[in-house]
Amino acid sequence: MSDAPVSVQGLTVQAGSRVLWSGLDIELEAGELLAVLGPNGAGKTTFLRVLLGLTKPCAGCVRIDGSDPQRVRSQIGYVPQQRAFDPDLPLRARDLVRLGVDGHRWGIPLGRGQGGAVDAALAAVGASGYAEVPVGLLSGGEQQRLRVAQALVSQPRLVLADEPLLSLDLAYQQTVVELLDTHRKRAGTPVVFVTHDVNAVLPYVNRVLYLAGGSWAIGNVDEVMTSETLSNLYQTDVDVLRVRGRIVVAGAPDGGSHHH
Amino acid sequence: MFISLLSEHFIHTALLAGAVVSIVCGAIGTFVVARGLSFAVHAISELGFTGAAGALVIGLDPVIGMMSGSLVVGFALGLLSLRGNERDTSIGAVLAFGLGLGVLFLSLYQGYATEATNLLFGSIVGVDDAQLRALVIVAVVVIAGLAVVFRPLLFSSVDLEVAEARGVPVRGLSVAIFLLLALTTAEAIQVVGVLLVLTLVITPAAAAQRLTARPGVSVVLSIAIAFVSTEGGILLSLEQPWPTSFFISAISFTIYLIARAAGSRSRRRTARLVPA
Repeated sequence: MSDAPVSVQGLTVQAGSRVLWSGLDIELEAGELLAVLGPNGAGKTTFLRVLLGLTKPCAGCVRIDGSDPQRVRSQIGYVPQQRAFDPDLPLRARDLVRLGVDGHRWGIPLGRGQGGAVDAALAAVGASGYAEVPVGLLSGGEQQRLRVAQALVSQPRLVLADEPLLSLDLAYQQTVVELLDTHRKRAGTPVVFVTHDVNAVLPYVNRVLYLAGGSWAIGNVDEVMTSETLSNLYQTDVDVLRVRGRIVVAGAPDGGSHHH
Repeated sequence: MFISLLSEHFIHTALLAGAVVSIVCGAIGTFVVARGLSFAVHAISELGFTGAAGALVIGLDPVIGMMSGSLVVGFALGLLSLRGNERDTSIGAVLAFGLGLGVLFLSLYQGYATEATNLLFGSIVGVDDAQLRALVIVAVVVIAGLAVVFRPLLFSSVDLEVAEARGVPVRGLSVAIFLLLALTTAEAIQVVGVLLVLTLVITPAAAAQRLTARPGVSVVLSIAIAFVSTEGGILLSLEQPWPTSFFISAISFTIYLIARAAGSRSRRRTARLVPA
């Protein structure tokens, strides 16, 4: 068995009777940032759920630090899509981050235990200024900073992010990616980053996993983001263009993979 | 009259029962509001009524029928763990049929209609010592259950996706909250009646979350508001012989309105300027 932080071998996953992909092999190195790209419905989120042990693969196995994902699930940081919180929700920014420390444990949290770790995580993402503000009153960008803090506060072995940039302004997108980038370089934590826009992570990404058409391709950006590779995946002519340092995919058969 | 009634044993029993029930309702209310389960609470209590009416028809204790009705519905809703609009629609359909059954049972029941009226509108001063003991036992079960699941329940209530990713058993907790809710509802029905359960489960928690953004403080405030409303309502109904349920709902609604007015000022974003 491999001693890579994350090891995926021969992974085949179905959604209903449809095979999302089969025979997927990948090993993540310490501190690696993997971008997961592909059209809607290609199974990007399902890939994360398999890494979490929430979705059972048809075949193949996943090991995180050599263990079954279900056993280490509470040591995986997870950054979700931004979503609206009820403005009345009795939950402060600090409480949201605190849930990342011990929210999965039974019982009533007593006292201010872990307050130091929470304060440090809030400071690391620049959120100390609104630590006491109810999350429902924060902007989407502020909430996503908290999400990063919540995911990192427990010193995770692996960070999974599912479209964390969706509906964020460009400046906030930049901040969120930089925060994750800084952490993975310092702590050596691998990051799996699901996004529909490779450009947001282009300067940081080590490798790309592209899921499409029931198949997959993996490699660095220059290997995967080519007309030839994507045409093979989509089984139709797709053009990958480089425009002023940005990657533009033209001709992909559905709207899910347009890159703005 | 007020003073002389205060020394009566049945008033003491009523005040104790009110205290027990308000603590349970206030505590669970915070989670009910955070999960958006107001309509589910209504459904569980009305189907508790159906269960009670069914029990009357076949000659059983209506409280047993009520608790079975609430638990069955609560368990089913928890297992389905539907979300949003889909949930409200199916609850509405089940609720309508359940009430239809309740009407049938009532028409079949040949006994005194007061028992049915008591279920619908509450009869706190009719609680006897045996019922009070039962209320206390159920309350201890609910509070202990809530204490055990407090953290993961809060996590899955406010942040379902991340909670699931972090290993919180979200489906099991959904069943757990509905079962605890069914027990709570069966308690509350005996004090305020089927139609007014929301006044102890929803209104205090809704008022509390207007006053604080701290989850723990919110639970404590919600309990306090439910307590003041219930005990205040019982005492007022001694002075003025109107239904206790009316006074309880009037007090909790007044507190809710005050909390809304106060909260709309204090909970603005300017809170960030106040040093922690």
